[in-house]
Amino acid sequence: MDRIPILRMGSFLIVTIQVDMHDRLALALQDDLTSKIAQTEAKGVLIDISALEIVDSFIGRMLANISGMARILDAQTVVTGMQPAVAITLVELGLSLPGIRTALNVERGMELLRTSLASAGEPDAEDDDAAFEA
Amino acid sequence: MRKMTMPLLRREVLPIRTETDVVLVRQAVRRLTIEQGFGLVDQTKLITAASEIARNALDYGGGGEAQLESHLEGGKKGVRLIFEDKGPGITDIAQAMTDGFTSGGGLGHGLGGAKRLVEHFEITSTPGVGTRVVLARWK
Amino acid sequence: MPDTLIVDLITRNESQLLIEWLKTIANAKATREDLIKPEDLRAQCADVLRRLVQGLASGSQNITDAAYVELRDVLDSVSRSRAQQGFSPGETATFVFSLKEPIFHTLRRELDKRPEVLANETWNATLLIDKMALHTMESFQRSREEVIRRQQDAMLELSTPVVKLWDGILALPLIGTLDSARTQIVMESLLQRVVTDGTDVVILDITGVPTVDTLVAQHLLKTVTAARLMGTDCIISGIRPQIAQTIVHLGVDLSAVITKSSLADAFKIALARRDLMVVKRKSAAAAAATTPTQSAH
Repeated sequence: MDRIPILRMGSFLIVTIQVDMHDRLALALQDDLTSKIAQTEAKGVLIDISALEIVDSFIGRMLANISGMARILDAQTVVTGMQPAVAITLVELGLSLPGIRTALNVERGMELLRTSLASAGEPDAEDDDAAFEA
Repeated sequence: MRKMTMPLLRREVLPIRTETDVVLVRQAVRRLTIEQGFGLVDQTKLITAASEIARNALDYGGGGEAQLESHLEGGKKGVRLIFEDKGPGITDIAQAMTDGFTSGGGLGHGLGGAKRLVEHFEITSTPGVGTRVVLARWK
Repeated sequence: MPDTLIVDLITRNESQLLIEWLKTIANAKATREDLIKPEDLRAQCADVLRRLVQGLASGSQNITDAAYVELRDVLDSVSRSRAQQGFSPGETATFVFSLKEPIFHTLRRELDKRPEVLANETWNATLLIDKMALHTMESFQRSREEVIRRQQDAMLELSTPVVKLWDGILALPLIGTLDSARTQIVMESLLQRVVTDGTDVVILDITGVPTVDTLVAQHLLKTVTAARLMGTDCIISGIRPQIAQTIVHLGVDLSAVITKSSLADAFKIALARRDLMVVKRKSAAAAAATTPTQSAH
């Protein structure tokens, strides 16, 4: 079974979801991310959903779960790139994903993570700009 | 609510036995809505609603079947989806509809949400027999 | 026998009927060459005739039967195109009714020795064409309503322009009533702009919205929530004191949204959100030091 790759950039983890995930794949991602956060002591997680055309309640819960678990492990989560049609649909569904921070794209998401880490007094978050598979 | 009557343009029946089937249902609904000329937001709403109901059929209904239909009625194009399972059924439908969402908790069957995403919503369920949900949207 | 008679007659005389039908339309001055080319009109008539024959071949003369689905479809598409092109209802009805004359002529020609059969078949033919005309007119009506609705939507879009106030700051002055149809359109065009412009802050100005009731408040909240899901902040401005009162009375929770009474105040906040400030120039020399700065982070 394919797993969604998780990239590591310094103390951040980056995930780009590009496939229409079936439920098992989504749960696998949840597990993988949680262990990777613990393993790498990551301080920030960025999940890019710019390629996701459908976000239903299951995926919504997955994102909420990841965010919750990351917080417990002392990492911040940002979800980036939500498509307008998806945002409109989620609002109609009644899912507002409270407690999950969002940004327009990966660039701004990274900025958001860096800013909140800097203000939290963490040492400079990245060793270098190279990202490699965690 | 206007009921969908003939003429039926196309009909596809898909099984809902595994979670991959739920993905296939989403893709099939996408194709149908594109064929019928739906705008992107309307496509997204119907596919998301279909995903909720299909998943219900799988998770709560023990698996079932999806009938996907495209209609042309009086020059208006529409898509109608029927989900059926032979599961335990829902004892209190009214409650299931209001069991809304909490983004973290995930209670409820997602029915209320799905209803808000479509123009026509029908549900019949008999405990011990099964559940049938009909979703429809016009262009 | 009588049922297959008319099928037989029309099938055998299809091409002749076509010619006579077109002539009848022309005599009724309903050709509208300015709206439809002669060859297209001919194709439409030929299509209708062919599908009518198809339906008749099933033995039924009830056009709501399944055998007539293609006839109904082509009548629907003719209605739709005529509604869009601006044909009058009369011209569209004439299009169908003009088929009576050629069919009656054909019947008279073939059945002049059998007056009772002729009377029966004439009656059947009249019923058939009347039903076709009714179907066509209902379809035409629906299409006209759709055209009007689409024009209304287009007007709505024009009346809710999205304005870029600064890099990353969009303003949406809402004017008039805010119903669910309008909110949909507003949300879609706004969010699309948010993506293409790379927007950080959206200011929804409701100075021009006369009343804010629960529904309007809900629509505003939906827009704000959707923008936030995409990572953009929203500020609602133009809240008059009466509206503030109404909102409190209604128990709508706007605590998560920044609200300001004036667009100017909202703009100031938006600038601050982007680490920008507006500074007054002292002199030409000092200008460089006082242009809007973006503080480093």
